Order: sequence, then C-alpha cells, then structure tokens
Amino acid sequence: MKNGAVMHSTSSKNRTRRAARAAAAVVAGALALSLTACGGDDNDSGKKQDGGGKKPASTVTLPKLDGETLEVAAVWTGAEQANFKKVLAEFEKRTGATVKFVPAQDPIINFLGSKVAGGQPPDVAMLPQPGAIKQAVDKKWAKPLGAEALKELQENYSQGWQDIGKVDGKQYGVYYKAANKSLIWYNAKTFENAGAAEPKTWDELLTTAQTVYDSGVTPFSVGGADGWTLTDWFENIYLSQAGPEKYDQLAKHEIKWTDPSVKDALTALAQVWGKKDYVAGGAKGALQTDFPTSVTQTFTGGDQPKAAMVYEGDFAQVNITQAKADVGTDAKVFPFPTVGDTAPVVSGGDAAVILEDSKAAQALATFLASPDAATIQAKLGGYLSPNKSVDNAAYPNEVQRTMAKALIDAGDDFRFDMSDQAPQAFGGTPGKGEWKALQDFLKNPSDIAGTQQKLEADAAAAYGN
Amino acid sequence: MASAQAAGAPPAPAAPKSRKSVTGTRRTVAVLFLLPALVLLGALVVYPIGYSVIRSFYDQSGDGFAGFDNYQALFTDDGIRTALKNNVIWVVFAPTVATALGLIFAVLTERVSWGTAFKLVVFMPMAISMLAAGIIFRLVYDQDPDKGVANAVWVGVHDTFAQSSAFPKAHPGRESPLQAAPGGGFLTKDPVSAGTPVSLPLVGVAPDKMPDSAAKAGQAKAEPGRVTGTTWQDFTRGKGVGTLGGIDPAELGYAGMRIEAVKDGEVVASTTAADDGTFTLPAAADGARLRLPADNFKEPYNGVDWLGPSLVTPAIIGSYIWMWAGFAMVLIAAGLAGIPRDLLEAARVDGANEWQVFRRITVPLLAPVLAVVTVTLMINVLKVFDLVFIIAPGSSQDDANVLALELYRKGFSEDQPGVASAISVFLLLLVIPVMWFNVRRLRREVRR
Repeated sequence: MKNGAVMHSTSSKNRTRRAARAAAAVVAGALALSLTACGGDDNDSGKKQDGGGKKPASTVTLPKLDGETLEVAAVWTGAEQANFKKVLAEFEKRTGATVKFVPAQDPIINFLGSKVAGGQPPDVAMLPQPGAIKQAVDKKWAKPLGAEALKELQENYSQGWQDIGKVDGKQYGVYYKAANKSLIWYNAKTFENAGAAEPKTWDELLTTAQTVYDSGVTPFSVGGADGWTLTDWFENIYLSQAGPEKYDQLAKHEIKWTDPSVKDALTALAQVWGKKDYVAGGAKGALQTDFPTSVTQTFTGGDQPKAAMVYEGDFAQVNITQAKADVGTDAKVFPFPTVGDTAPVVSGGDAAVILEDSKAAQALATFLASPDAATIQAKLGGYLSPNKSVDNAAYPNEVQRTMAKALIDAGDDFRFDMSDQAPQAFGGTPGKGEWKALQDFLKNPSDIAGTQQKLEADAAAAYGN
Repeated sequence: MASAQAAGAPPAPAAPKSRKSVTGTRRTVAVLFLLPALVLLGALVVYPIGYSVIRSFYDQSGDGFAGFDNYQALFTDDGIRTALKNNVIWVVFAPTVATALGLIFAVLTERVSWGTAFKLVVFMPMAISMLAAGIIFRLVYDQDPDKGVANAVWVGVHDTFAQSSAFPKAHPGRESPLQAAPGGGFLTKDPVSAGTPVSLPLVGVAPDKMPDSAAKAGQAKAEPGRVTGTTWQDFTRGKGVGTLGGIDPAELGYAGMRIEAVKDGEVVASTTAADDGTFTLPAAADGARLRLPADNFKEPYNGVDWLGPSLVTPAIIGSYIWMWAGFAMVLIAAGLAGIPRDLLEAARVDGANEWQVFRRITVPLLAPVLAVVTVTLMINVLKVFDLVFIIAPGSSQDDANVLALELYRKGFSEDQPGVASAISVFLLLLVIPVMWFNVRRLRREVRR
C-alpha cells in the first residue's frame, strides 16, 4: 500500500494515472445503472432514425472513413479502458473506420518516444499534462488540430480548457478527460451525528470542523506522509485566496514564495493544521499517514472514525470503495470552500493529441471534442469531462454530478496542479522542496515566515532563478 | 588428447608442424571461450562503471565538464551528509548485531533436539523479498496501536502502569462558563456561591469513550450552605449542542469527573461527580472557583514514534536484522559443526566452564566464519535501499536517508545524474576494501 503511494507520489504523471485507476474502480458501481440506460439507447437508435431525446443525438458531422485504421494510445486500464473503447466503437459506427486502442505505460511521453523511434507512432495519444504536450510539440511529434476539430473545440470548451491545449498559440490538445482536485470528502454519519452542514466558505468550514470536534470526532484526516496531499491543500487555498493570476505567477516562480499572498494562504492553512486535535493523530500521526490510509481511516470505524473529513480529488473514490463505504451514501463530497472570492478548482486531465496527421485522426479529435463522445463516457461513470456542452444529467450519480458541476462552473478559473508544473526537485520529490517544507509546516504551523523562506530557497534552487 | 600430449610429453621432433597448429588452435579456442564472458563483463560491468566515473565529472545536462564539483556536492549537501552518517550507523550496527545474534542462536540451538525447527523459523525471513519485509515492517511500526504491533505492545505495557483518563479531548464549547486553566484543565470564569447550582458543561468526548457508568445528566438541587452543580457533555448526538449551557434530555453526565474548588491558588475542597454528573461540595467551596484538573483529560498514551525522525534508522535496522540474523545463524552453525569436538571436551575435562569454553575455544575457532559473515553483511548493508525506501514514510525519508537511496533520488527524482554518478563512484570506493578483504580471505582458504 505504501509502495503504491510512493510510486504514485514520485511522479506527478502517476497522479493523473491514479485518478484514472480510481475512476475505473468507481465505474464498477455505476455500471449496473448505466448499462440499462445504454441498452435502451441502442434499441432506440436501431428502430427510429430521428428518435426524440433519448438517442445520443449527433451534434457533430464526421466524414466517411471506410477502410481507414487508427491507433489511439492511452495509459488507461480496466473499466476505464473498456468505457473509452465504447466511445471509440461509436466513432467506428459513425465513420466506418477501424480504431485500435494501444495500451501505454507511464510515463506515456517515454512510451511514445520508443514508438516514434520505432517509426510507428500511434495516430492519437492521450497526454496527461500541459508539460507533456509541450514536450511532444518540442520534439515535433504533435500535429496541430485542423479546422473542424478547432471549431468543435471552440464550441464546447471554455477558453481556459482550450488554452492549456495550446503551445505557442497553436492548438494541439483536446482535453477529453478532467480530474477535479478541489473536493472535500466527508463521512456522512459523523456529520449527521454532529448535526453539521456542508460548508460553502472557509469560515463555515471552520465552524463545521468545530461542530464535528465538539461531537467527539476529529475533523480532518491529512495524509502527511505523502507530501503531495499537502501541496494540494495549499494550492486550493492559494488559488481561491490570491486568485488565478497570482497562482500562475507563483507556479512559474515569477513571484517569490515570500510574497504576502503566500503568507495569507499559510495562515489560513494553519487554522486547520495548527489547531489542537483538528488533525487525526496530531501532526506526528498525520506525517506517518499515507494518502490511502488517510482516506480509509475516514470511512472506517462506524460512528467513531479517526476523522470526519478528508481532502483530495475525485480519485479518492477508489480508496473509499476499498474501505467498503458507499460513495454517495456513506461518503459524500462538497467542493473545496471559498477562501477568498471564488471557490478554487484545481484540476488535472488527459488531452488527445494527434501524432500522425490524417483525415481520420482529425475526425477522431473532432469527435472527442464533441459532447457526443463525452456523454457516452459520462453515462458510464467514473469520468469527468471539461466539455461544457455535456448535460450534467448525463452523469450517473449525485457525487459525479457535484464534481462535474464544480468543474464546469469554474469556467476559466480552474488551474492545473501547481506542484505538477514545478520542477520535480521542488514539486515532486519525497522529503525535498515543497513537500518537505509543507510537512515541516504541518509539524510546526506557527512558523509561517520560516516556511516561506525555506520554500523560497528551495524554489530558487530548483527553478534556477 | 592433443593438449594432454602437449602438456605432458616433451615435443616430438618428428611433428613440428602439427605442434604449431595445435598451439594455434588452443589460443583461438581460449579466446573463443573467453569471448562471451569478456563481452558480457565488459558490457554489463566495466562499461557502466567506466561511464559512471566519466559521468560524475560532468554537469547536470552532461554537456559541460564540471571537474570535481559533483564530488564537492557530495560532502557539502545536507541530504548526502545525513545519508553518509546513516550509512556509517548501518555499517557499524547492522552486521555486528546480526552476526552476534546469529552466533547466539547457532550456539544455543546446537545441542537442542528441536534446534532444526528453530533454525528453520529464524531463517524463514530470508525467503521473503526485501520489499515484502519492508511492507510488513511498515505495519509493525505503525503509529496507531490498533495496527502497529510494536506500539500495541509498548502501549499495553505502559497502560498497565499508568491508566489513561476517562475524558480525553473534552473541551469547553461555545460561550462556556469554563476557561482553560494555567497548567492544564479548566477553571470557571466566575467564583461559585453556595445555594446556586453550577453548570460545568463540556463537549467533545466521543460517545463510545464515555464511561459505561455515565447516566443521563441530572439537574443539581440547590442546597443551602453547599455548592452543588452538574458536569456533563453538552452535546446531543445528531442535534448538536441543543440548549447551550443547559441540560437536554439525552445528554450524559461525566461520571467520575474530579472537581476541585480553588481559592487563591489553593484547593479548598474536592469531590468526584456522580454517575449523572451531579456533585456536591462543602461550604468551604463558597466563593471559590471550580477547577476540572488536567488529569481528567490526559490523552491516551500513543506509543513510541518509531518512524519519526529520531528512531527511524534504528527501527529500519531492526527489520534488517530480523531478515539477516537467520542467514548469519545458518553459516555460523555450519562452521560450528566443523569444530573438532575433542577440543571442547578437552577443555571441559580441564575444568573450564561453559562460558570459558565458548569464549576461549568456540569463538576463536569460529573467527574466520564470523569474519566472512560480517564482511558479507557489510557489503550487503552498504547498498541497502529497499527497506529504507519502503519503511520510512515520506516525511522522515530525509532522516532515514542512505547513500543508495540518495543516489536514486538524485538520479531519478531530481534529475541530477552528475551528482548521482558521483555517489555511485563513492559507494564503489567504499565497497572495494571490503571486497578486497573477502577475496583475499577466499584465496587463503583455497590455498589451505
């Protein structure tokens, strides 16, 4: 288990990967519901050509591609891969092309490197981060999107989601799948016992925490052994408090970590981390709790779990399922509360990038940018789409709808995980850089200035400025 | 046959041609037979070592010559220095303790009838991979006494001698008449007076942590000349506080809570709350402030911080010894079997006691075996990586760091291949003398 956490945390790419795996497991639950729905759809489309609402209405026109073959590479496995293949099957049905799914390994950029070197790159690949797209463009692997795909993208995606698929002003990526890392999961029973309500603002969160604490349950579970859960906490507070512009500047290290905005964020953070008995096991215990345990200990123990709330992204679902808790009944979720003016949305995602330019590859990119494709997978569960034209009702359960709504409502104000954007030495190494500085801060939350100085010193060394 | 002839008999003058061809064939054959080994050794051992040495003199990108900068980093970087220090601790303690334990096990089990069974059990951990052992010990050392067996034992022993209190984490709720007292516990804000019932509400005790005897909180009756009151959990499950500072029907009294009346810093009266939380103090308490002393709220003992910064290295060494003591034991037992019995018997006949026999005969005769075992373990310990990588939680990985782990971190997480190469060269230099010692000893054995 620890091993899983380590691998997961060592590479930031793995993180998206975990999201994928997490989502995959959740699908199992959602599948039963959605299968019936899908079955109905298929029958419908078979019988009546222009069936009213039920049939997956075709919003996008695709060329006839009989006889063409395509390869799509992604790191997805299990149920997630199966669901994506259903989307590809729909594409095959509409165009007549044959699409082959190529299972890739993490980090996918290295996998693609060997494929390109072998002279047989897949036609389309799903890349996890803006950095990976840029790498693919720099190595001249990626091909820009054509006019049709671009039109589809502009219709369905907010500017922000378009922009992160761009490199030097040219559109390369279609963000097909998104992760929402601005969620707080809670044990519904503890909230009920305490008579606590879902908070919307930071102050309400503190009130809720106090209420839960008064009922005899520790409010928060923090997986402090893995530094990335701590950076994610910080990023949410910072994004909400300081706003997206400052967030971008800090991500690029254009402003220093000694900036007053960082101080404010750490001060807010200390209101949770620094309060006696607010963190399960105390700071020492939290520092030895890895991420999977931080989730499972929140959803085991009946009326007396180790903690009532745990912060992390949608991929925490897999651990909740492992704890034998039902997502939606035992485990509920609310969006990370607003600390400043707006609620933060920190996210991740996978973008489709064309590596071998052809009519068929462009058509597939167009299809993946359409709500048609996203709706098919949304219905199957375990998946969030950044596509704003996807009907929220398409998601199979309340939890998925909440997460999807928060993601879409953020508009252009969502941001990618900051530590993923930072050099690995600063944002992604156990016991180093931002991870270590925030772990020390968890141990000693009164030392805000010292933490800032340490962050700045490490950042300066890692960014080389 | 040809070779036997060539080696054995003086060359036959009759066949000079054939002899030449024979030697020629032998050289070719020799080269042919050596070639695969040479190629493999060269490609898999010599080339990587050579390249690492070269790489260690280049900078991060591998383009610019960096001289000894990487080696300088080796001795100035805090992380590497911790790793170095820990490696020294490892090399000194892990092999010696493992060998000592192995020796003890081997000698003790030698003449026991079930010795083989015991050896089997001690040797068993060797069959487990380092990774699996790491995962097991991560659990053994878990902070939570419900999960980690080390802390379960420790807490069990501790709690036999020191009882934990009944109301950990109890604290005043909103607008409480109580405030934190200096030195722990809680104190009423205002003095109490006889004849007026006092309320001492607190919140935050988990329902299943409440004493079994706790009954529904009762309203204290006013008694002239006495201070009465109730101390209870002002929290109803599912409803929150209910009447703030007032007793709601489902709320429980703090049975057994100690209450002290304090006047000018001195305890003038004290009592213990009844099952329904009510209490009565004599008239002396009139005008005093009531204190709920800190020993009511003592946190349960949470055991030792095994994987915290200070204990993490000894803890991991412990898991290493668990694995390798069996290895040492088996080798030493084999050596022990080779010791001539008559020497031991002679010593015993001469009146030596068992300790003297062990100290003066067994150990000196075993010295070569002990040395081999220790040195083998030393080489093994120098490259220790997996146990540290797995057992140390991310937050104390820095404190548990060893050179092999730092090499990995520098090379693969921090993208500093130059420094990583320098560490690997340094590790090689550390291993060479130990290797040399082992090879020399082996050669001497063969000669004998």
